[in-house]
Amino acid sequence: MPLLKNNQFVADDYTFVADEDALPASGKVLVTFARLKRDWDEIAKLPAMVGVKVANTDKTDELTPYLSKIALVQLTFPAFTDGRSYSIGRELRLDGYRGELRADGNVLPDQLQLMRQVGFDSFLVSDRFPLEVWQKAAHSMSLAYQRGLFRQVQETEVWSTRHHGFQAWEEQPHAG
Amino acid sequence: MYRYDEFDAKFVSERTAQFRDQANRRLSGELTEDEFRPLRLMNGLYLQLHAYMLRVAIPYGTLSGKQMRQLAMIADKYDKGYGHFTTRQNIQYNWIKLEETADILQALADVEMHAIQTSGNCIRNVTTDHWAGAAADELDDPRPIGELIRQWSSLHPEFSFLPRKFKIAITGAPHDRAAVKVHDIGLRLHKNAAGQIGWEVMVGGGQGRTPMIAQTVRDFLPQNELIAYLEAIMRVYNLYGRRDNKYKARIKILVHEIGAEKFKAEVEAEYAKHPAQQTQVEEAELARIAKYFAAPKFEKMSRFAPHFEEHRRANPDFAAWARNNLAAHAKEGYTIVNISLKPEGGIPGDATGEQMRVMAELAERYSHDELRVSHAQNIVLPHVKLEDAYVVWQELKKHDLAAANYGLAGDIIACPGMDYCSLATARSIPVSMAISRKFGDLAKQEDYGPLKINISGCINACGHHHVGHIGILGLDKKGEEYFQITLGGSSSENASIGTILGPGFSAEEVPDAIETILNTYVKLRESKNEDFLTAYRRVGPKPFKEALYAAA
Repeated sequence: MPLLKNNQFVADDYTFVADEDALPASGKVLVTFARLKRDWDEIAKLPAMVGVKVANTDKTDELTPYLSKIALVQLTFPAFTDGRSYSIGRELRLDGYRGELRADGNVLPDQLQLMRQVGFDSFLVSDRFPLEVWQKAAHSMSLAYQRGLFRQVQETEVWSTRHHGFQAWEEQPHAG
Repeated sequence: MYRYDEFDAKFVSERTAQFRDQANRRLSGELTEDEFRPLRLMNGLYLQLHAYMLRVAIPYGTLSGKQMRQLAMIADKYDKGYGHFTTRQNIQYNWIKLEETADILQALADVEMHAIQTSGNCIRNVTTDHWAGAAADELDDPRPIGELIRQWSSLHPEFSFLPRKFKIAITGAPHDRAAVKVHDIGLRLHKNAAGQIGWEVMVGGGQGRTPMIAQTVRDFLPQNELIAYLEAIMRVYNLYGRRDNKYKARIKILVHEIGAEKFKAEVEAEYAKHPAQQTQVEEAELARIAKYFAAPKFEKMSRFAPHFEEHRRANPDFAAWARNNLAAHAKEGYTIVNISLKPEGGIPGDATGEQMRVMAELAERYSHDELRVSHAQNIVLPHVKLEDAYVVWQELKKHDLAAANYGLAGDIIACPGMDYCSLATARSIPVSMAISRKFGDLAKQEDYGPLKINISGCINACGHHHVGHIGILGLDKKGEEYFQITLGGSSSENASIGTILGPGFSAEEVPDAIETILNTYVKLRESKNEDFLTAYRRVGPKPFKEALYAAA
């Protein structure tokens, strides 16, 4: 599966380690949230930061104690119509998580921009669509009404623009 | 009325371009139907029994003459010369081609309209009191908040794939004409002890197969916190609403299953986590919007309208229409004209292109260029001088728009039913037409008094049968249509769900059954001032059951 990041397909440098497999001594690893909790003492001692796969039924509050060790949170969309991970992703960003936020599962071009706006910045996508389709889909709308979203430079946040002078959006460097 | 600025215009035009691209990709086969469905639904396009149906948003039910003319143009050019006003204050076109849909959306964008989020599992078009800004009993115009919510909910990235559709209704008056207690979120404007204006927030009302009355989660929410608080409610629903069964996915089921207290605690916890720290932008935006809804420049009129009185005395038909179809306006010498789209034997809510143009013209000449669509599928001219009521009536009469049955037995709410809808189990329109003919005599209707007869063609309850004083639900039993009758429902501030009386009736038997019910009411009412609903609440279903089923 291609990994889309910063509007390019890039190599995925994380290795997923199943719950029963041994953790490697080096390299970036991706583990499930259950594993993270179960083997926290061991994982905390790993030299590198880790990635964690979070189900869309997990509570983000439970993730908080571990965030300082986490550089990647991978959230899943079992079907593109299942929107729970939009809220989980947004909550994590609202709580101040600044690491990579990756979307996995049924990720399609028509939802890409919505995912970016709530704070996702990398996407495991199907190889059905060429890169140009994703690049175009990433900014199919140039403006949004809601405040506090992640946006790209050329995107307008309508209410903040109409009423500048009040606290506007900060530029969001992570909205890859 | 609200006018788009450059941003609103750009937003709708980009959305139209986006849909054109999606439709083209579907037509070329690049998108599968499964992938296209949620996209077209978010732009109001359904696939029905015979054709595509396009549902156009009429935010908070408000239209200008120009917009109404464009709806007429679309009816004539892209449909079969008519449109259907719905219980969601929208208009539906029933004979649409996929290839032409993007052109229709462009025609709508030309007059600052759209079909965004009139369908799909997202926040739908927000509805409100059809007399907003005109009603004598109003605290404040609810439409500015309606517009604020329209903008906030448009393509909300977090809430575009909810467990199920989500409907918000708002009232700014103590007498609830917006049915807020049977919406996912109902908002009621009121004053607290300190004299400040704020919102009572109610959650979890709804109709469908599990009708429920909304529960209050906040008695008083300051205006400026509304958007942040709505986000908290939506987030709790998005995360915890059921997704395993689409019939149990509405927020009312979540509220019911975890209990109102637990739900309220979840929302308050979520809200406390991310409270509204900065609401100046929302406040400034609300103030900006509110300016557009400033009251029109009313003339100083005398309370006594000699011309109006004269015609009322001379013309009994006009007098009857004036008695039933006019409502008290906040301004002296003005009136609210309710145009009934329920001619005797007609299809509730249908209007031809020609009729739409007539109503547009009347709005431009006599009602400060404003029209409203009501959730009871009628059209309102909100600001008419009493002295002009007679000429307005004459013009309406010429175009079969002067039915004097507003709020009476003939003013029936009905869904499209099996004549159009792919979900329906029975044909609601013919039953509605038969009842309308049965009670064609206006004197009889006036004797029965205020009455809401609501008909749905299936359990999804688009015809609001649960909250009709008399509700009729069309079902299917082994290929035979039959109709279940409920009594005692109400969608107003004293909302209630109707009670099923007993075994159903065939389509042919329904009008007689309704007549039996109404004659029973006439016999038992304490006086002519005790209306049907009040009488029913006093005596309960027993006498009606006896009258209906005793003979059998």
